[in-house]
Amino acid sequence: MTDIASAIHVTVLLATVTTLSLLVIATPIGWWLSRNRSLFKDIITAIIALPIVLPPTVLGFYLLVAMGPKSPLMVLLHPFGIRTLNFSFAGLVIGSVIYSLPFAIQPIRNAFESLGRRPFDVAATLRATPLDTFFTVALPMARKGFLTAALLVFAHTVGEFGVVLMIGGAIPGKTEVVSIRIWQLVEQLDWPNAHRLAGGLLVFAFCVLLSLLLIDRRWSQRHD
Amino acid sequence: MIEVSLKGTAGSFGLDASFSVPAQGVTAIWGPSGSGKTTLLRAMAGLTRLAGYVRIGADVWQDRQRFVPVHKRRIGYVFQEASLLPHLSVRGNLDFALKRNGDHTVDFDGLVERLKLSALLNRSVGRLSGGERQRVALARALMSAPEILLMDEPLSSLDGEAKAEIVPMIASLSRDTALPVLYVSHDAYEVERLADRVLRMSKGRIIETPDTAFNASLDGLSEAQVRALAEAALKAGIKV
Repeated sequence: MTDIASAIHVTVLLATVTTLSLLVIATPIGWWLSRNRSLFKDIITAIIALPIVLPPTVLGFYLLVAMGPKSPLMVLLHPFGIRTLNFSFAGLVIGSVIYSLPFAIQPIRNAFESLGRRPFDVAATLRATPLDTFFTVALPMARKGFLTAALLVFAHTVGEFGVVLMIGGAIPGKTEVVSIRIWQLVEQLDWPNAHRLAGGLLVFAFCVLLSLLLIDRRWSQRHD
Repeated sequence: MIEVSLKGTAGSFGLDASFSVPAQGVTAIWGPSGSGKTTLLRAMAGLTRLAGYVRIGADVWQDRQRFVPVHKRRIGYVFQEASLLPHLSVRGNLDFALKRNGDHTVDFDGLVERLKLSALLNRSVGRLSGGERQRVALARALMSAPEILLMDEPLSSLDGEAKAEIVPMIASLSRDTALPVLYVSHDAYEVERLADRVLRMSKGRIIETPDTAFNASLDGLSEAQVRALAEAALKAGIKV
């Protein structure tokens, strides 16, 4: 595989795994945040939002430390033959998940909050247990939030640069993603290929943003 | 019997309501808006938690020791406004209730026909009129095979025509199914048409029950007059 093809492969794989992981992780957190009103919740919300304001290098630095061989977290994994997650695809996934966490939680939480109390009252009077209600009422009614979250996370992961460079180390075929490949191409003065990749990302980003708007429009029509 | 005694704060006022009525026919809870009717109904359903006692027939739903969660009470609840699940069709909403009614047999087709829903079954609930929506809500509540039907101003957002269509449906349903109905309303016409008995509410309290209303009608009469009235009633074949 050429460097460009393998960079695209790694990027798509990373974005897909990150998106799926985040949908699973963000659902209970978003649900909990939407049901809760305490100071503790505000603290959690602020922590989750940190990746939006922190420079990626700061996040990357701490992740590098946390996933390095001397970190207490990694020491726990030593018996399983894992010394470090830095410069591995798994490490990249963990970094991406944390980096994109707010982009998954916010839309899901908003979607749950906008349901209000009524559907839950209704489901309970129709003898649905809370768990039943969650899966048959809350999840389907909040599906727009999940679609938004998935699109945002996927796009945001494709657009990552700083964090993946610091914890991934740009190993071709393993941790080198498209955004880093473009940087390398420019360094090598390979302008035609840099053009091709950059143009591709530009079109991709535009398509994602356009589909977000279209989803919004379709949903608001349906509820009129 | 339906026996209720509930106490607590709800919103800006204190609620302190006790009553006991036969578990049959339509009992209206009537009073001005803000008198606590909705809170009382919600508390009976378990949707709002107040201290007290709730018994429907042989089932105690709430007393000092226990509080049966909403989803384990066999209630049919019709809310004031649009409460249909928007991600499901009309049929989907009815099935939602049917599937969870604890394997009770319910005459699906009969109810659909009675409430004139046959033509609407596959419609999305966003495309229903106000009257259609409340008919679906009523059918859905009945699909869950309730022991009691709690209706919270179900017609208040409807126009006169839709009201005139639904009121007889409710009246005949409660008559034919022997299902006790608690009907919250501030509308004298609805209460007049539907209620077998009326509980009047004001400022979080029940200020008049069928008993007190009866007693009040005897106020100022001599013993001989009361006796004469009672004898006349017996001769006429009084129905209680």
